[in-house]
Amino acid sequence: MREINVQEVTAAVKQAAMTANFELGADMLRALEKGAREEESPAGQEVFRQLLENARIAREKRIPICQDCGLTVVFAELGQEVHLVGGDFNEAIQEGVRQGYQAGYLRKSLCHPLTRKNTGDNTPAVIYTTIVPGDQLKLMVVPKGGGSENMSRVFMLRPAAGLAGIKEKVVETVRDAGANPCPPTIIGVGIGGTFEQAALLAKKALLREVGSQHPDPELAALEQELLTMINNLGIGPQGLGGRFTSLAVHINLMPCHIASLPVAVNVQCHASRHQEVVL
Amino acid sequence: MSKTVKLTTPLNDQQITGLRIGDKVLLSGVIYTARDAAHKRLIDLLNAGQELPIEIQGQVMYYVGPSPARPGQAIGAAGPTTSYRMDPYTPQLLARGLKAMIGKGKRSPEVIDAMIKYRAVYLGATGGAGALISQAIKEAQVLAYEDLGPEAIHRLVVEDFPTIVINDCQGHDLYEEGVKKYAR
Repeated sequence: MREINVQEVTAAVKQAAMTANFELGADMLRALEKGAREEESPAGQEVFRQLLENARIAREKRIPICQDCGLTVVFAELGQEVHLVGGDFNEAIQEGVRQGYQAGYLRKSLCHPLTRKNTGDNTPAVIYTTIVPGDQLKLMVVPKGGGSENMSRVFMLRPAAGLAGIKEKVVETVRDAGANPCPPTIIGVGIGGTFEQAALLAKKALLREVGSQHPDPELAALEQELLTMINNLGIGPQGLGGRFTSLAVHINLMPCHIASLPVAVNVQCHASRHQEVVL
Repeated sequence: MSKTVKLTTPLNDQQITGLRIGDKVLLSGVIYTARDAAHKRLIDLLNAGQELPIEIQGQVMYYVGPSPARPGQAIGAAGPTTSYRMDPYTPQLLARGLKAMIGKGKRSPEVIDAMIKYRAVYLGATGGAGALISQAIKEAQVLAYEDLGPEAIHRLVVEDFPTIVINDCQGHDLYEEGVKKYAR
């Protein structure tokens, strides 16, 4: 049994929340650079130029990449040989978010859904904990912006809809979203599971490295096909028209009930922020 | 052919009618921020026949909820939020003389009609370029509704704030034209 004090969890979440908001990942920078080279529309080229400049300013001056510093989603993978000591694990994560958003001058973007009163410290974070083999604790801190989340959808299709129905719904979601979710986007697609599991699969799909290939060749081909269909919409960077509406489509799939075909589409803006820490 | 235009607020009808979709506008002067909650309060005041905390005539409204400023800086990250959430409130503000709005994403037919009727434009700023845009903001102060936090109305002084005309006052829509041009 390995002991981890939850104070370490708080410190790690605090740091990760700040780093995620200031430093765009290397995979996203490569994707933006590719867009800048290959985009045909002049307005779209200008968007890519601005986004690369934005990432540089954010990193150097510690200004958030986007003023929407997100609702903080935390995926925790807890090794079954870890013994957490020193307090409440979930509260330690919340405290890390609280401290990170204060110390990093990050925007507090959470409110009561009815009164709309801001909670003041960007908590509560949404936490998903899974128990895994091993003696480590992996924390993935994901600030998720509201604009792209608002354009996300879950569909409970009839099994008869099949693959054609899935493609139609994914493309429809992106088409209807238009300029709203800050294209160029990353599209996470969850297929199967239950109503809520499909959405979770889609969200986790967003965390895969942009530019990486799906290990299943058939799904890798489906991702490419969907990306081509989406980019043929012509929405382009910021919706101004162009070749790059999305930078990648990532699929996660699992079995579902014989009566069901759940499909979730989680839209992620180009400010795709996530930071992993292993304790 | 689209052009680059430098404009300083407040704006008049002549400046607005000269703009076409795709034009780049570098905006300078004073602009005001407002998001959903601030819009609701402004419209509640108008509906109650009361005065607004800001003069709307000739002004520019920026849909943004900035992140907090670090000590010594004017503002934190300050890119646009999605505009459709303000659509229910916008025609009344356009009727009061609002000349331009800065945001991102498509506007409703009612807002587009009101822009034609009252001669106003909708300017797009790059969503998610909050750090870059913050460099064009030289001063920021809370003007009203401080209790709303990031949603308070701020008075900003901007210099060459980069925008592009999405809807002009002739009823054109850059989002629709762009898609038409690049769809396959």
